[in-house]
Amino acid sequence: MVGIVGYGTYVPRMRVKVDEIARVWGKEGARISKGLGINEKAVASFDEDSCSFAVEASRVALKSCGADPKGIGAVFVGSESKPYAVKPTATMVAEAIGATPEMTAADFEFACKAGTAGVQACMGMVSSGMVKYGLAVGSDTAQGRPNDALEYSAGGGAAALIIGKEGTVADIDATYSFTTDTPDFWRRQHAEFPRHAGRFTAEPAYFKHVLSGAKGLLAKTGTKPEDYDFAVFHQPNGKFPLRAATMLGFEETKAMQGLITPFIGNTYSAAAMIGLCSVLDVAKPGQRILVVSYGSGAGSDAFKITVKEGIEAKRPKVAVLNAIEDKEYVDYAGYVKHRRKIKSL
Amino acid sequence: MKGVSIIGVGLTKFGEHWNAGFRELISEAAGKAITDAHVDGQDVQAIFGGCMASGRLLGQEHIGALIADQLGMNPVASTRLEAACASGGVALRAGIMAVASGAYDVVAVGGAEKMTEVSTEEASTALGGAGDQEWELFNGATFPALYALMARRHMQEYGTSEEQMAACAVKNHANAVNNEFARYRKAVTIADVMKSGYIASPLKLLDCSPITDGAATVILCSSEKAKKYCDTPVEIIASGQASDTLALAQRTTLTEMKATKEAARQAYTQAKIQAKDVDFAEVHDCFTIAEVMATEDLGFFEKGKGGPAAAAGETALNAKVSINASGGLKAKGHPVGATGIAQAVEATLQLQQRAGKRQVSNAEIGLTHNVGGSGATCVVHVYKRL
Amino acid sequence: MKNATPLIWRNSAARYNLAGNHCETCGKDYFPERVVCPTCRRRGKLSAKQMPTDGKIYSFTHVHAAPAGFEHETPYYIAIVELENGVHLLTQLVDSPAEKVKIGTNVKMCFRRIFEDGKEGLIAYGFKFKVV
Repeated sequence: MVGIVGYGTYVPRMRVKVDEIARVWGKEGARISKGLGINEKAVASFDEDSCSFAVEASRVALKSCGADPKGIGAVFVGSESKPYAVKPTATMVAEAIGATPEMTAADFEFACKAGTAGVQACMGMVSSGMVKYGLAVGSDTAQGRPNDALEYSAGGGAAALIIGKEGTVADIDATYSFTTDTPDFWRRQHAEFPRHAGRFTAEPAYFKHVLSGAKGLLAKTGTKPEDYDFAVFHQPNGKFPLRAATMLGFEETKAMQGLITPFIGNTYSAAAMIGLCSVLDVAKPGQRILVVSYGSGAGSDAFKITVKEGIEAKRPKVAVLNAIEDKEYVDYAGYVKHRRKIKSL
Repeated sequence: MKGVSIIGVGLTKFGEHWNAGFRELISEAAGKAITDAHVDGQDVQAIFGGCMASGRLLGQEHIGALIADQLGMNPVASTRLEAACASGGVALRAGIMAVASGAYDVVAVGGAEKMTEVSTEEASTALGGAGDQEWELFNGATFPALYALMARRHMQEYGTSEEQMAACAVKNHANAVNNEFARYRKAVTIADVMKSGYIASPLKLLDCSPITDGAATVILCSSEKAKKYCDTPVEIIASGQASDTLALAQRTTLTEMKATKEAARQAYTQAKIQAKDVDFAEVHDCFTIAEVMATEDLGFFEKGKGGPAAAAGETALNAKVSINASGGLKAKGHPVGATGIAQAVEATLQLQQRAGKRQVSNAEIGLTHNVGGSGATCVVHVYKRL
Repeated sequence: MKNATPLIWRNSAARYNLAGNHCETCGKDYFPERVVCPTCRRRGKLSAKQMPTDGKIYSFTHVHAAPAGFEHETPYYIAIVELENGVHLLTQLVDSPAEKVKIGTNVKMCFRRIFEDGKEGLIAYGFKFKVV
């Protein structure tokens, strides 16, 4: 069965606290932190972008599972913060991991679910026998306009999943997607920062699609929340995924291992995937994981995943929750310098 | 091979020449040298010019022809030589070879760099051309950074201190006070150097030679004919040159310059002298650590003892060996292409007892040491009165 | 010139993955790869070889005055790293706390932007190193 052969993540080392951002704009940091369920966010340094993140995460995935990069027949990188508007990130990633040249590659864009869209594309290509392995990466250096609500949550990170049939560490038993035309968040061509529709992003957007995606998958597979040991949801903040879990009938505790946003902010295309990787760091063979990503615009991809024997030997050396402990705080000035928000940069 | 002597020298003031371009600088230095040598323009049979980065700094190549043209010396053969900051030194060597071979009796050798037409960043980028662009400068290295990497190893391996390196700057500034051609005629203290701010740690602003405009010329003549023009010719009794890897990372050691040791070995052999016979030396102190290493690699001090020797004053004017009586690159200034020739000018003035207040007493044997880049080219010359 | 597109492209295998070479005659490894083995010259037989991605700091400096293209990154570390096979290379050190940047500290390769040709030009990616 098609599944995850290897996984890896990358989170930049720099952090800025929600408190520090609030200080600059004269707001109450503690209240914003509590409201969002986010303490701090990970920030890319001056010489990092979604491409460098994607390469780092992919290298961890490959190294951990020992797969031959020449077996990767497709590389799909999902991002809403590409270094080039035109010139694929996926070719650079493919070259850097040694997968080129007999393979295909493309960049995906679907707001925060471009990464899982890549997972589904890889599943199809692997299942059909088109490729041995597919590499799906979600990677973002999310941008929030200064003094916008998004500035407190937009973080950075990447997750890479190698999809294949042989030697899987977790099987993807089923996937289900739910898609509509819903304008909750967008960035126009050439615009520097995204725009969002405020509270409209919640009920008709995030919750409608995440809940529909989850329910659709449960119905399709004839499973109930009790059948799952872990649940991972897209996490634009620290609150929404827990509320979604409760609404679906999952105990909140099942969502905690995969809830990373409170420590690194919303990593957009990487968010649900990093959450999944954190679960894979601890899940035992036989345990089941529900993953539901969400992308504005809008849609959700839901996955039913079962952990396999042998995962212990193929986990990355450092677990997600440990890796993110290696950090360095910057103040707001350092943050705007590194993120090139100073106009002259 | 014929003996070769310097029969005249000319130098511009080193500094920021806002009112003079490349053409004015070379014309001034060459004019002074020709006058000093008592030669006629038509006596000069060939010109050799050292210039490192005119293409990058001025957009001007074909410097050889430009020099002959501006000096009104067409159609004499005129050739540019480039070896980064050792461009002057290799031009001098080319001039020496041309006379020693018997091809010419009198040649002019010049060096010049006009560096202040561009911003400091652009000048740094141009100077970076002396290193390995593809694999070192590409990654964000600068020349101060390359020398800082050497300094850090020297500190690690021999316990050299930042204060000891600073002592080179202090001594060179003190010497430059008495050099009317020097850029910085201002004494500094160890404390001044120590608080001058890091450029590339452990090197600070006052450990670094400044981006400077200037030109220098010497007139060479076969020693057998030298006294026809000049009463006090200075003979160049040895010329050594060696190379090393362009990339600093490729060297087997960062605490010595193998090219310096090899060029010095050649020069001492030719001159039939030892390091201890040298009374004064103009060494390539583009950074203070470079002077520390040069005094070791040239054999004046044991490896690792260059720092303590500088701090103990052993390299001061008329001490054990007078190093950089002119003020060196550090305080006199470092117009890169001119530096190698300016060193020869200083050696000549010292041996002719024309160095004024910075005169090395009993100067019999002088040495110049000119380095290209971070040590990939090194040229050593030895001088004595004919 | 740093912004030369063919150069950036041609060197990408070396910059992405430390692709160097090895002389089968004398056994020495080279990075960047050499056309001629400096030890064996005509007797040398060079073949492609991947360099190890772990090493230790051989020397380092903290750069405060940067050349064009790196002005906004100051201060940054430049180091010569000794790879596990003894090969030395010059690189930037990133994500490395000052107290750990010392001669002998273990470092490993990472993937970063090296240089970009202005806001609209090509971006060159490649190796930098970080303290382990």
